[in-house]
Amino acid sequence: MVPTGHFLALSAVLFTMGVIGVLTRRSALVIFMSIELMLNAANLAFVTMARGGPAMEGQVFAFFVMAVAAAEAAVGLGIIVAIFRRRKTTDVDQVAQMKW
Amino acid sequence: MAEAIFWFNAFIAVLTAAVVVLHRNPVVEALALALHLCSIAVFFVLLEAPFAAVIQVILYAGAIMVLFLFVVMLLDPGGEGKAGRAGKIQLAATLLGAGAFLAALLPVALAAGAGELPPPVHPGFGGVRTFGQLLFTEYLFPFEAASVLLLSAMIGALYLAKRELD
Repeated sequence: MVPTGHFLALSAVLFTMGVIGVLTRRSALVIFMSIELMLNAANLAFVTMARGGPAMEGQVFAFFVMAVAAAEAAVGLGIIVAIFRRRKTTDVDQVAQMKW
Repeated sequence: MAEAIFWFNAFIAVLTAAVVVLHRNPVVEALALALHLCSIAVFFVLLEAPFAAVIQVILYAGAIMVLFLFVVMLLDPGGEGKAGRAGKIQLAATLLGAGAFLAALLPVALAAGAGELPPPVHPGFGGVRTFGQLLFTEYLFPFEAASVLLLSAMIGALYLAKRELD
């Protein structure tokens, strides 16, 4: 069996990679994928803590995170498609203004 | 055995995450993300969370990634690759910040487990039965709130799509 610290360290590494993706990429879609990376890293930490307890609460939290991620993906991708239809780009630097 | 699976899977997870962050082609990135989500599901199995692993594959690697791939195909992927990256200063600041963040987080994460093995779990831990019992008793309100959230997200997505048609 692997100690839970290894899982938490891996979760930290994956979360940091997601942060780097959000901060360095300019395509809205790739930023969205990097956000999914971060959500999954957080989920991994939740499930790891559930195992370390052991307590089921962490897994239930991960379940709710997945539900929220599904809702977020539906709305977020809808917004990205709407922006692309109107502006022909998903480059976030070109969609920086709140009002056109 | 579990150790070998862990290290191999950790390698896959970090590699696919790197592809998601670095690759130019969004289709490759979306497929790498799907593989990454599956590797996370393997970690869930290692952590005695079989139900979480199943919904990770069905919901995340199945539903959400298909949605992602649809959108990637819908938007022109060729033009997407040239969307550019951050400038040099931005990149340096990001790497510096991320490095500091990781340096602060890693010792805490490793110390939290402190190298000891977690206690064994009772049978049924992480299974559908215990999961459902918790969801419908202790976490009934968050469960219902999540259903309202999903409903409102669905209405919002429909509204966005409908406005495009008009």
